[in-house]
Order: sequence, then C-alpha cells, then structure tokens
Amino acid sequence: MKHLQVAALQNGTVIDHIPADKLFKVFSILNLESCSETITVGNNLNSDTLGKKGIIKISDRFFEEDETNKIALIAPKAKINIIKEYEVVEKRPLELPEDVREIVQCPNPACITNHQPVKTYFHVINEDGKNMLKCHYCEREVKLEEVKIR
Amino acid sequence: MKKIPFRGIKGLMKNHSLVSISDYSKEEILEILHSASEFEANPNRKTLDGKVIATLFFEPSTRTRLSFETAVNRLGGRIIGFSDSTTTSSVKGETLHDTIRMVSCYADAIVMRHPLEGAARYASEVSPVPIINAGDGANQHPSQTLLDLYSILKTQGTLENLKICLVGDLKYGRTVHSLIMAMSHFNPSFRFIAPNELKMPEEYKIFCRKCGIPYEETADLAGNFDDADILYITRVQKERFLDLIEFERVKNVYTLKNSMLENTKPNLKIMHPLPRVNEIDQDVDENDKAYYFQQAQNGLYVRQAIMSKVIFP
Repeated sequence: MKHLQVAALQNGTVIDHIPADKLFKVFSILNLESCSETITVGNNLNSDTLGKKGIIKISDRFFEEDETNKIALIAPKAKINIIKEYEVVEKRPLELPEDVREIVQCPNPACITNHQPVKTYFHVINEDGKNMLKCHYCEREVKLEEVKIR
Repeated sequence: MKKIPFRGIKGLMKNHSLVSISDYSKEEILEILHSASEFEANPNRKTLDGKVIATLFFEPSTRTRLSFETAVNRLGGRIIGFSDSTTTSSVKGETLHDTIRMVSCYADAIVMRHPLEGAARYASEVSPVPIINAGDGANQHPSQTLLDLYSILKTQGTLENLKICLVGDLKYGRTVHSLIMAMSHFNPSFRFIAPNELKMPEEYKIFCRKCGIPYEETADLAGNFDDADILYITRVQKERFLDLIEFERVKNVYTLKNSMLENTKPNLKIMHPLPRVNEIDQDVDENDKAYYFQQAQNGLYVRQAIMSKVIFP
C-alpha cells in the first residue's frame, strides 16, 4: 500500500512536482511568506520522474491563473491541483505569461532596475525555439534557467 | 481663470520619445533620412523658435552633445541642461524619476545620456515630454544609428544589398548592435571582425538568422574587407570593461593602415563613431575612403531631423 508522504488537503491548492531545488523559489514567487493560511511544505520526497521533488499545499487559498503562471518561469513541469472537499476539481496547466513584473531580477549589473527604485519588467520572447526573458529597460535577454528571483 | 487640463498618468506615458532604433519602422527611418537631407541643404531654420530643449548628460560626451546643441541652436530653440552630473542634485541622491519630472516642467523635450542601461526607456515612461536617448550605457544610441544610416545612404546611394564589415569591439559596442537592427530592413550581409573576447553576442547572431541576414565571423582584419562597401570600425571602450586586464589584452588588437586599403572596392567608405584611439592610423585620414569626420558632420542634420520629428510628430 502506498502511503501519502504529505497529509491530504480538504480545500485549497496543491503545487506538486516542483524540482527540489526550486521549492523555496516557488514559495517566494507566490509570496507565501505573507500568507496566513495553513501551508504544508514537503521537500526531497521520492519521485519517479524527478528523483526528488517538492510539494506545497496551501489550505483555503485559490490562486488566479496570472499568479500560478509565474511558476512556469522556474518550474515549468510543476502541477497545480485545485482541491475542493478532498477532490481534485481542476488540474491547471502552466503557461508562461507574456510579461513578468517585479519578481525577476535583471542579471545586467548596469541595468537601471538594479540601481534606482524601478520595478523590474520582462517580456517573454522566443529565440530559436527557446523561451527567454527580455528586460523591458536594458533589453538584456535572460535564459529561463538563469532567471534569478528577487 | 483659465483651467489647465489635468495630464493624468496615462497622458504621461504618451509622448513621441526616441529610445531605441527598434522604436522606428522602416518608413519612419527613411522619413528621418529624407528630412536630414533637407536640413543638410538648409540647416538654419527657426522651427524650434520659442522651444526649450534640455540636454542632460550624466556621462561625458563631445560629439553627441555638441551636435544636439548645435541642431537646437540652428533651429532657433534654446538649451538648458548640464554636461557634468556632479553639479546636479543626483549627487544628493535625487532619483532619475524626480530629475526627469522636474526638468519636464521646464523643457519641451529632453535629450539624455545616462550610464545606466534602460535609463532612457524608464525616463520616457515617466516624462510628459519626449525623451531622445543620446546613449544609455552599452545599450542604445539611436541618433548615432540614424546618422550612420544617413552616411551609408549618402555615400552608397542606397541602403539595399550592401556588404558591411563591422570591426573591433562587437561585444560592448552599442553602435554596431543598433546598426545591425536598423540595416535589417535593407537586405545587408555582414562580416563580424573581432577578437574572441569581443565577439558579436549570440543574441545579435540569432537576430540575423531570424531575419535571414547572412553573416561571417573572423578574428583577422587584414584582407578581410576587400569585398566590403562599408568598413565600420569601433573603439575598444575602456569604460565598458569590468575586467581591466581583459581590456589591456584587447585594446590595440587592430589598427587600420592606409596600405591595407589598396585592394578594396572603389566605393568603400570607412566609418567610425569616434572618438578613435589607435584603431585607425592617421595616414588613413587623407584617403578618399575615410569618411568618419563627414559622418560626424552628418550627425547635425540627422539630429535636426530627429528633434523636429519628436517635437512636431
């Protein structure tokens, strides 16, 4: 019999299949530090596909698609399940947003966003079939795997 | 009492700034070049009579500032501004946002050079008056690009189907990056000549591939521009290097000499955004193919055209 590694959720959102090294970045992207609901975090759990994975369960909290899509920046294969009365009522696919505001830091040390009180702003672009971010201000392009969360 | 209309935040975002060469379509670029040729024929007009233009140079400049200021003077406008930011409130910690909002209360347009990349884009978003980017760090310098295009058009009679060799600092040199983007409208082919440390960044090569622009790369200068229409040479810019040891290694890697021009095409022109240091020997200056000083002069007419377009769109 297979045991659940993290207790089941009655109502809320489960973010599963997070690569173990990205768990706290996902936590930060969703601004869960300031969330007052019950949050269960599991990391380095055994996973057939990822080897080790992370999972976040947030009770009684339902996110807009705009919010969960930000996760696609760092964990595009994460799974979002919306739970109501212990049942999965929605499996939400992740889609990269068109624009990314505030959460990513520009890697260009000479970018104005690293020196003045200017909120970061990136456009998601596709270069040679690969999704990348382009800084709205300094125009520097950043590979998704090199994205640094603020 | 006359009611002054409130200019809401939405209105603040709407102006006709020139931040990046990619802000202009092919048609707008050609319109600027045509207008520049009219200013060259008749540079003294009073179209900016009664207008005040601010020139904010947070970073040193000779040609760009002088040619913008000359352009305003020849059009009958007035200049305010500074060329040494250490004499301004920015040393007291004033943000760029506040400086721009303040200056825009006094001026009808702002010409700005700033060491931080993206500064001009940001300024254009907080300013109710147009911003003309006179260089933001290693990022964009669109008026230089437009004067380069004007110089190419004047000397070649066309912008179409030209072979352009870009030489020197292709990594940090903003002029070559913008020139690639601007020339992409005109079916060019490029040869990138740079030492390994200063090679053309991958994103511009991807851009060329996307646009179907053929390019080659080499680290050798001699003999590699005999088929070129334009030889565009850039200075290795010390101010862009974080690692000065790397700068010392590459600073004198190429020097163009008059003897190297023997087998080049008769229509070849040598361009350089200036200032030059060691990359073009002075013996090239007397060769008819040297065009860098005329290129700087063309900057005046192009900047008159830009000024007119942003103030009277």
